[in-house]
Amino acid sequence: MTARETRPMPRGQLMPRIPGRRAAFGPILALATCLGGGALAAGGAGHIEDFAFSFEGPFGSFDEHQLQRGLQIYTEVCSACHGLRQVPFRTLGDAGGPHLAVEQVKAYALQFEIFDRELDDFRPARPSDKFPESPIEDAPDLSLMAKARAGFSGPYGLGINQFLKGTGGPEYIASILTGYTGKEKEEFGAFLYENTAYPGGWISMAPPLEDGIVEFRDGHANDVHHLAEDVAAFLMWTAEPKLAARKQAGFVAVALLVVLAALLYLTNKKLWAPIKHRRT
Amino acid sequence: MAGIPHDPYVPNTRIEKWLHARLPIGGLIHASLTIPTPKNLNWMWIWGIVLTFCLVLQIVTGIVLVMHYTPHASMAFDSVEHIMRNVNAGWAFRYIHANGASLFFIAVYAHMFRSLYYGSYKPPREITWIIGMLIYLAMMATAFMGYVLPWGQMSFWGATVITGLFGAIPGVGPIIQEWLLGGPAVDNATLTRFFSLHYLLPFVIAGLVIVHIWAFHTTGNNNPTGIEVRRESKEIARKDTVPFWPFYVIKDLFALVFILVIFAVFVGFMPNFLGHPDNYIEANPLSTPDHIVPEWYFLPFYAILRAITFDVLFLEAKFLGVLMMFGSMVVLALAPWLDTSAVRSGRYRPSFKWWFWLLVLDFLVLMWCGSQKPEGLVPTISLIGTIYWFLYFLIILPLLGVLEKPDPRPATIESDFDAHHPPETSPEAAE
Amino acid sequence: MAQADEPAGNRRDFLYVATAATGAVAAGAATWPLIDQMNPSADVQALSSIEVDISDVQLGTQIVVKWLGKPVFIRRRTQPEIDAARDVDLSELPDNDSRNANLPGDASDANRVLDDTGEWLVMLGVCTHLGCVPLGDGAGEFGGWFCPCHGSHYDTSGRIRKGPAPQNLPIPTAAFIDENTLRLG
Repeated sequence: MTARETRPMPRGQLMPRIPGRRAAFGPILALATCLGGGALAAGGAGHIEDFAFSFEGPFGSFDEHQLQRGLQIYTEVCSACHGLRQVPFRTLGDAGGPHLAVEQVKAYALQFEIFDRELDDFRPARPSDKFPESPIEDAPDLSLMAKARAGFSGPYGLGINQFLKGTGGPEYIASILTGYTGKEKEEFGAFLYENTAYPGGWISMAPPLEDGIVEFRDGHANDVHHLAEDVAAFLMWTAEPKLAARKQAGFVAVALLVVLAALLYLTNKKLWAPIKHRRT
Repeated sequence: MAGIPHDPYVPNTRIEKWLHARLPIGGLIHASLTIPTPKNLNWMWIWGIVLTFCLVLQIVTGIVLVMHYTPHASMAFDSVEHIMRNVNAGWAFRYIHANGASLFFIAVYAHMFRSLYYGSYKPPREITWIIGMLIYLAMMATAFMGYVLPWGQMSFWGATVITGLFGAIPGVGPIIQEWLLGGPAVDNATLTRFFSLHYLLPFVIAGLVIVHIWAFHTTGNNNPTGIEVRRESKEIARKDTVPFWPFYVIKDLFALVFILVIFAVFVGFMPNFLGHPDNYIEANPLSTPDHIVPEWYFLPFYAILRAITFDVLFLEAKFLGVLMMFGSMVVLALAPWLDTSAVRSGRYRPSFKWWFWLLVLDFLVLMWCGSQKPEGLVPTISLIGTIYWFLYFLIILPLLGVLEKPDPRPATIESDFDAHHPPETSPEAAE
Repeated sequence: MAQADEPAGNRRDFLYVATAATGAVAAGAATWPLIDQMNPSADVQALSSIEVDISDVQLGTQIVVKWLGKPVFIRRRTQPEIDAARDVDLSELPDNDSRNANLPGDASDANRVLDDTGEWLVMLGVCTHLGCVPLGDGAGEFGGWFCPCHGSHYDTSGRIRKGPAPQNLPIPTAAFIDENTLRLG
């Protein structure tokens, strides 16, 4: 909102000062929305590392090589317990995503068996099918994990950190994967592992990654830190596959609306000129 | 339409005359567009257009979403993901609809506090205010039920908590709650009825909006001075007003597009900022989230709901909270009869201003309280905030009118406008 | 005076036109997604082309697969069926068009089949009269298909021979990927 300048009072006019004219509501509304964002503040007190992902910021996009590495880590490690039931195999071929070739997508899908309701039987998966669900009941589905977790919050529930750094879902995932201290304990017959990123500090998932657990064909670094970053980026893609299209549309919309706003501003000024600047 | 004297509609062409004799829609459009509008309206008078736009935006995107959504407890969550991943531009419709609700509420709160500051609720505009309150209530109901539809964890547990409010009513509460839910707990029956009502209510709102506009077109707009347009004749009324078209249409459109730039930034670059991560987890009746929070626009009233932590006489704290929450809206609706001041605009009320801005601050503090866990100082701050909310409407507004000495006011809208835009002496005239 | 006013007037007109035009562009840009969202979604499009395993289809039998929501007849014809289909004078046919998305031309049997030997006949199993699914396996007076709804008879090449149906059974876009796999679409 534009607060108009208070013009100097003409002399001899019976007018009080006019503080109410200024539309001071604007910044307050902005604050109000920030407060709303503060509601995101998810309880945990774990330490979240702020990874620099390629898809951050208004110009950021997914790095297809990173997504391909992430897919490999997911396939060789995560998929043993977790599923990706919202993600169709065919989207692995999408530009802006992992961008696999058509034949690669087909071959990748064939590794999985899915249940076909029409056949009433299992069959090898086709590109039009989705990834299977988690094979283990307690392991959550990972399709939306990067949007279902918040790495950043606060301060004081004001949502300023989320505003500046993003919600931090992929950071949370990568921090969990790198946050194991090596300590473990047994509680009620279940093993818990100490993790610096996990709220409460003890997580039931055993450390899934270790240095060199996945070998990349191109010899890319495969220490835990790099693996965690790659698989977190992949899971961000599974959660928000339309990120590139969204940002592109956002730019077009903002540019078009800015031009329209400028033109309307000038039109409005022209229109009101004879009313506001009368000549006597 | 009654109201400020202005030129009547005269059908010119044969088609216009033919139509006018059968359906005077041309006259309605003419009257709505040329309606004399105070020429001193400031930038807080733009929210009506923003709100109208929001209603249309939500209905249009909502109709699109319904084409692809499945209202069933076992399919709703996946169908939203289907929209996000498969439907052409589905992600855009879904994010616009979700963030559109936030824009709608930002605009409605700005609109309401504008009315509270400039006394727009005062006679003769009480009906406009009351209709506006009904619209606001219908908006809250619509938003609440809409939030349940994606069937995420917050959808489910938000619905559980809010319908639980009705269960707090002594005696009949549990019966009412079960009737609302269609069962002992939130389940498929709840989802499908919320879906039905979420689709219905926006059209009720649209009807109420027409009545709202009808009402203030009859009384004429309020304006920052709170002084009425002079109505002795068309000529005199013209000194205080300009026609709505094109002057305010263009001004409002500029403001709307300016706001849409910010909206586009949110939708394009941070669409989940105002959402809650837990709602990307499918509803699970066996696992309650760590901290249940409603959407930001409900937070102040949610804080009032939780502010009462003690029983009073035979009333339980839980039921008192419910009473306070609904009461906080009732006192808001009664503002026209609680405010005793003869001066309409807060601009000329030196002490009122302070109390008003304290109320705005109170609203924001309550919003913050609603977002926090009820621990530490939060319940105390909520209670103080709640007390001030009621104090403002029940004590301060009635007393101020009697105690306060208002500042001098301009005689007419024209003199206020001239004071801000003094006539310029042109070189030709000076010669 | 008048001269001084004129450029200002033009500038104002230009401004108004530019504003209206930009507004129209913005409104138009917002309208297209509203229309496009009703087009087939990505999951539906992904099924517009399917692969069918035909290794199990024996001579003289047919399988029915669902493709784009409709039944597709895939028949492996015997030599007598092929001979019967090729032994027809084209002038006897009510519809002398191949109705073949892969091979337009007259309705000779060679224009209707998928391979050179004439073994493989692939058709949409939707009667061209009112959309019922015809019965197969030698049904009808011509040993091909027979639609029970209104009595249309199709021959062993799926051509309409008798009854109310106006056209031959249509042949969809199809091709062999290898000897065991057929791609529809």
